[in-house]
Amino acid sequence: MTQPHFKTLLIGFAFSPNLKANVYEAMRLACFFKARLLFLHVGEKTPQKEKAFSALLAQCPDRPQSISIFWESGAPVTVLLNACKTHKVDLLLLGALKRENVLKYYLGSIARKLTQNASCSVLLMLHPSVERVPCEHIVVNGLENSETINTIEKGFYVAHELAAKKITLVEEIKDSDVAVTVSDDRSLRRATLKKQKLQRKEQLRVSDIVARLPDDLKDGVQWQTQSIFGKQGYSISHYARLVRADLLITNNPIKKGLFSRLFSNDLGHVLMELPTNVLIVNQTSYA
Amino acid sequence: MPKQNATKVFFATLPKNIFSGFVVSLIALPLGLGLAIASEAPPIAGIIAAIAGGVIVSLFGGSHLTIAGPGNGLVIVLFGAITTLAGGDYYQGYLFTLAAIIISGVLLFLFGVLRLGGLSEFFPASALQGMLAAIGLGILAKQFHVMLGFVDVKGSTLMQLLAFPSSILRLFSSVPDGTLWACAVGVLSLVFLFLYARIRNPLFHLIPAPMWVVIGAISLSYYFEYVAKAPYPIANELLIQLPDSLVTNLPRPDFGLLLTKEFITVVLSITLIASIESLLSIKAVDKLDAEKRRSNVNKDLRALGLATVVSGFLGGLNVVTVIARSSVNANNGGTNRSANFFHAFFLVLFVVLFAPQIQRIPLPALAAILVYTGYRLAAPENLLRISKIGFEQALIFMVTLVVTLISSLITGIAMGILTTFLVHLVLNKSIVLFSRNWLKPNVLMFQEPETQNYYVSVKNFSSFLNFFKLKAKLDQIPETEHAIVDFSLCDFVDHTVMEGLNDYRRSFARKGGELEIIGLDIHSSATQHPFALRKIEPTKGFATLNFTKRQSNIQKLATDLDWEYHPEPYELMGPNPENFLFFQTKQLNYRSNLLLSQADEIWFYDLSFSEGLFITKEDLTASFFFFKTDKPVPVFVLDRENFVTSIYHLAGLHDINFEEFPDFSKRFYLNGTDEKAIREFFSPELVFFFESHPFYHIESNGTHLMIKGKDRTASIQEIKRMLAFTQELRSLLLKTAKR
Repeated sequence: MTQPHFKTLLIGFAFSPNLKANVYEAMRLACFFKARLLFLHVGEKTPQKEKAFSALLAQCPDRPQSISIFWESGAPVTVLLNACKTHKVDLLLLGALKRENVLKYYLGSIARKLTQNASCSVLLMLHPSVERVPCEHIVVNGLENSETINTIEKGFYVAHELAAKKITLVEEIKDSDVAVTVSDDRSLRRATLKKQKLQRKEQLRVSDIVARLPDDLKDGVQWQTQSIFGKQGYSISHYARLVRADLLITNNPIKKGLFSRLFSNDLGHVLMELPTNVLIVNQTSYA
Repeated sequence: MPKQNATKVFFATLPKNIFSGFVVSLIALPLGLGLAIASEAPPIAGIIAAIAGGVIVSLFGGSHLTIAGPGNGLVIVLFGAITTLAGGDYYQGYLFTLAAIIISGVLLFLFGVLRLGGLSEFFPASALQGMLAAIGLGILAKQFHVMLGFVDVKGSTLMQLLAFPSSILRLFSSVPDGTLWACAVGVLSLVFLFLYARIRNPLFHLIPAPMWVVIGAISLSYYFEYVAKAPYPIANELLIQLPDSLVTNLPRPDFGLLLTKEFITVVLSITLIASIESLLSIKAVDKLDAEKRRSNVNKDLRALGLATVVSGFLGGLNVVTVIARSSVNANNGGTNRSANFFHAFFLVLFVVLFAPQIQRIPLPALAAILVYTGYRLAAPENLLRISKIGFEQALIFMVTLVVTLISSLITGIAMGILTTFLVHLVLNKSIVLFSRNWLKPNVLMFQEPETQNYYVSVKNFSSFLNFFKLKAKLDQIPETEHAIVDFSLCDFVDHTVMEGLNDYRRSFARKGGELEIIGLDIHSSATQHPFALRKIEPTKGFATLNFTKRQSNIQKLATDLDWEYHPEPYELMGPNPENFLFFQTKQLNYRSNLLLSQADEIWFYDLSFSEGLFITKEDLTASFFFFKTDKPVPVFVLDRENFVTSIYHLAGLHDINFEEFPDFSKRFYLNGTDEKAIREFFSPELVFFFESHPFYHIESNGTHLMIKGKDRTASIQEIKRMLAFTQELRSLLLKTAKR
């Protein structure tokens, strides 16, 4: 029996046309993860709203272990971030917005700030729906950093709980790693060899991590590695969109120094144009 | 390749390269003189540029078959600079221009150091075509009058174009006899240049057309001197003047205008044109390389910059990579940069040994060569071809052309870029698509796990603005591999990208790989995608609504034999002709009239291909039979022994001769790498077969045999004869294979 990774889920809600889909999706996820589900409404609490909301919950076929509803007022970002801390939330659920007339999704300003500042993991839901859309293919970022092992483990855990069939672990290879400028046949040959070497090295690194995961996590999941060449952080979201993945799992490497704060990091690229549902893994440490 | 081996190959191919360098020098001499005269520089300036280019680029360059020298594109800018920089004092203007040339050489060198070789990709294809057409018109407008014998027509390109009728009318008024003679030389030369490609005689084609013009014109002066014993009727001002001594009369470049606006504009224009012309030429010449090498563009730019600096200090014009001369090099068996060196060497020899003869060349003859060059650049078929791609491309072309003509090159190309961008905005009805995505990375590449194919996905939009990003990825794929470019996530693909990808597809096909473009079919449903911008993609065959007599005859033949007939074959059926030696320095255009027997694996078709590039370009269509052999056959080429093949002997290409078949060896030229296997393959029966049948050009690529008739499409009778020959040869090979 695997340890649950996400024990407490939090979703902020507002009375929007998306409410039903958001609630159903959250309830469903809480069931899959066998987690506690917290609903948080930021704004004025009225009896009508309360009534409407409990009616909605009653309709939902999925029943998580426990549900709590909080009504608070204040600035949405601070309220939600504080709630994450006080309730030791493991996973924050956020809905994305769809751009008018274009099949492109982006994050509202609130969601963007939450994503950047939340200490727990964040799931950005692209198209929450009332009926379940099965999650079949998960793309996991295997980029080498302090969080990689945790990310890959979470990837297999989520796949296991959601009964996804396929995981692709993606390693991004930067042009600067190849470090050979292709200008003629000879340099092309050198660059090609270097790339093959890097691909083998990266695949070995990722496979090693997977080999050390508990076996029951890997049961029934097909996994493969894939090296891609492109702009780091950006191309993985391109890849996820291309292979029509249902979920992209990536991590939020701890920002060090002024430089990485000033300039958009890998995650910034992903958030600019959401390719699919995105799970951002953060190492939560509520001791 | 081990070093020892490389040195050996170099010396083994040296005779070939010397020969090729010689042929190139024959065309470089008249072009060098002509381009310098057209720029109002001393005639020798063009030759100096060619010599500097030949020596320095062959030593430091990064390409293999290119020839460096004075370029067509620069004529207009240099002419403008020389005539205006010193307020009409041409010699002083020339000295100022030399300084500009030297500085542009330094800039070109820096481009190479900074790896800006991809610069030419930022220009939309149609705008570039428009600019080249404007340059062509400029050359044509000015030289037309010189060709008719009038050197006094001045003014802008437009004014000179408008003066065409008055110059022609002047011929019918009272002009001196000398002018009429000059005009006759000029016009006849032009007619000859247009007809040259029609005369299919290998002997005659050994000397490039411009050299024939020069030889003819010089012969005329000798005729007057020795046979007619009359004074040469063409006035001295219409003849070439060379300096008495090349070494002592070196001009001194004058840097006096260094920081003025006019000077800087000239430097920028020269650098822009020089880099664009060189980059386009290098790319085009790589497609003619029989060894299928990839040129190091940035290294070549550095060498060209260095050569330009040297040339400028010696009084020469800019050095750029020139397309026509390079293609002549490829066609005459040049294999490495030493051909470029020898072209310079022979030019030195010509100038030293034949200076008196060169001074007999009348300007109208050279002007005719330039008129022809200008015509090829500005040819109306270019506009026709572009308007077939789409109305908006024709608009971009025309805007660039007209603006360049009425203002300057820089303004013209800038307007071309602006127009292209505006057209894209209008077509997409969206500025957001471009503004939001311009700077974002849009290309993803990975190797597919099962097949190891390279998969390249492009999203958002792909146009001249960001084509360099796609190119950077494509350049990293070895051309021997299978690559797939997927545009399904891309909202807009422009003509520049489609044309660029077509180039990639060709070079992949040449090197045995494949580049596929997918995901464009979904665009037809999207309304914002105009039909035209994708229309260029399948350039296969032409529509034939009605069969010609020959086609109905072929169809009848197909029915009689129970073979298949496809007047416009779409996919590649049968062996790839590019695998045969014959096509290695040629470009395939399209195939038609495919006749095939699936059972016997025999294919017949007409193949249109071109030989040479730009002014030396000749389009040909010929008929071919191919059949698959039962067993592997050594790679060989068999053709009639003639004067050209005898020259190849001198150049070191050796012919395999059989002592036991002296008659066969005398009449046939046989070549191939694996001599032992070829000797075994040519059995007495086979030799007798070839001796007793009509001559065809026959090649083997190891698995297939190719039979080629004349340099034109075969008539139905000839097709039948070729078919009979093919079938007999095939059954003979089957018979010997069984034994």
